[in-house]
Amino acid sequence: MIKAILIDDEPLARSIVKEYLQGHPDITIMQECNDGFEGIKAIMQHQPDLIFLDIQMPKINGFEMLELVEQPPAVIFTTAFDEYAIRAFETHAVDYLLKPFSKDRFDKAIEKWKGQQQPAAQKQTTEFLNAVTDIPFQSERVVVKIAGKIRIIPVQDIFYIEAADDYVKLHTKDGAFLKNKTMSFFENSLDAQQFVRVHRSYILNVIQITRIDPYEKESHVAVLKTGVQVPVSKAGYSKLREVLGL
Amino acid sequence: MSPSPFKTKKFLLVFTGCWILWAAMHMIVLKGFGFSTLTAFTDSLVSNILLAGSVMLISNLFGYYLPAKQRYIYVLSLCLLMSAIWLFISRSLVMLVSPVTTDYQSFFSASIPVRMMIGFLVTGCMALLSVLWYTVQDQRENEKRKTDAEKLAREAELFKLRQQLHPHFLFNSLNSVNALIGSDPGQARNMIQQLSDFLRGTLKKEDNQWVSLDEELQHLKLYLDIEKVRFGHRLDSVINNEAPAISQLPAMLLQPIVENAIKFGLYDTTGDILIHINAAVENNMLRIIVQNPYDAETSSPGKGTGFGLKSVQRRLYLLFGRNDLLQTKSSDGIFITTILIPQLV
Repeated sequence: MIKAILIDDEPLARSIVKEYLQGHPDITIMQECNDGFEGIKAIMQHQPDLIFLDIQMPKINGFEMLELVEQPPAVIFTTAFDEYAIRAFETHAVDYLLKPFSKDRFDKAIEKWKGQQQPAAQKQTTEFLNAVTDIPFQSERVVVKIAGKIRIIPVQDIFYIEAADDYVKLHTKDGAFLKNKTMSFFENSLDAQQFVRVHRSYILNVIQITRIDPYEKESHVAVLKTGVQVPVSKAGYSKLREVLGL
Repeated sequence: MSPSPFKTKKFLLVFTGCWILWAAMHMIVLKGFGFSTLTAFTDSLVSNILLAGSVMLISNLFGYYLPAKQRYIYVLSLCLLMSAIWLFISRSLVMLVSPVTTDYQSFFSASIPVRMMIGFLVTGCMALLSVLWYTVQDQRENEKRKTDAEKLAREAELFKLRQQLHPHFLFNSLNSVNALIGSDPGQARNMIQQLSDFLRGTLKKEDNQWVSLDEELQHLKLYLDIEKVRFGHRLDSVINNEAPAISQLPAMLLQPIVENAIKFGLYDTTGDILIHINAAVENNMLRIIVQNPYDAETSSPGKGTGFGLKSVQRRLYLLFGRNDLLQTKSSDGIFITTILIPQLV
């Protein structure tokens, strides 16, 4: 028996997948989920072989959900219109179905998945996530997982971002959160008028700055409202001056 | 200012070639009159270097100030003046540097009319060439500006068209119809009808056109009904219209506000959402209030994805010259957008 989970916030979109799946009696739908939160729980509970996943969903989107799953299963994306992700889909996803899709197209996607070695399909999901990571989505929030709980941080609440090995540390009023993304991802996806890469290892929310002091030769240090001092390199200083209009 | 012809490599090459040829000819002619090589060489070098200088000066001058059409008298007088100055300076310089003999002195004096003629011809030719050059450059630049502007307008139009089609909305709705065809054909047919009516309504309207409030609310109701089919029980809406029937507003002004409300309601919360639309007239102002729930903890709907709201604000400013006609506030997880439209009756 093949275990599958459907994750889509539109009931009718799930029902068409269910209908098409009637032609594949070997695949059993373990659960239908309305959003990413339910999706994560269901994946942990059922350990499915395959999930059908929509991108645009409430609170956390399909990509953000996948990032929060430890070992993501093989994914067939079902989406209406995603200009950005289509290239990533083409090269990395098991398959993607553009809504509305036909039964024939659906069957082909299932066949394609069945034709692959299962570990390969799962590995593909991981690769896909890495590829999507490079797409700068203009995002308003960052989703992190802390002590098994999912936390949504509005970007406005980020004081500054610090590089920490393979991770980045997001500093907020509620403390620091680790996120498995690169500095350049945040540099590209955050509003450049508010978040400035002031240093190789630091991105700063300019709203949080109270003053900028000179520090050794050509570098500076930015003092935040919280009193924290963040180093500013020479190149970072000129970027900062440009944004602040100095 | 367009770049001077002397800045282009090809022109500079041709110019230098011609200059060397001309200077050599000048020398040969002088030698033909029986002067020493040194005298001929000095005369040629001094006069022709100065001539080249004055020619460059004229050409660069027109780069800054191109005479208006039919002001060629000005160009010609300028050339005449330049040649006179050129002749005077080259005479003084030649007399200064070369061993002066009476023979050469009287020859120079006799050749003044010829030299003057040559100077005038050369500077005149160069002046006309420069005027032509800069005019063509100007034209080319204008042409480029025009094509750039056209391209920009085309792109803006395309963007607008794409927006009007609402690709996300359209494809998701078609997907719902696809599902309904199997489970509830009557409802599928109904939805296709609604979708067509909605799209026709969107295409029909021009931005600067005023429509009646009833018509606009009808259009919004279609939109909300389609969204309700997609999201099922999660979405509900109440439209309350207390405004008199003659109330009017610019077409497609409310659409982005309701889209924003739906987007924040549906994608920012996981629960059921209710969208309230309220219309009333007060002091000759049509006031429309749109309310939607949102999650105060994770988002600030007025700030972030305010692109739709920003465009509404911009349109209101262009129409009425006022920035206070669109207001937003939030309380207790409800986001409230208020829009005021002066009634022109």
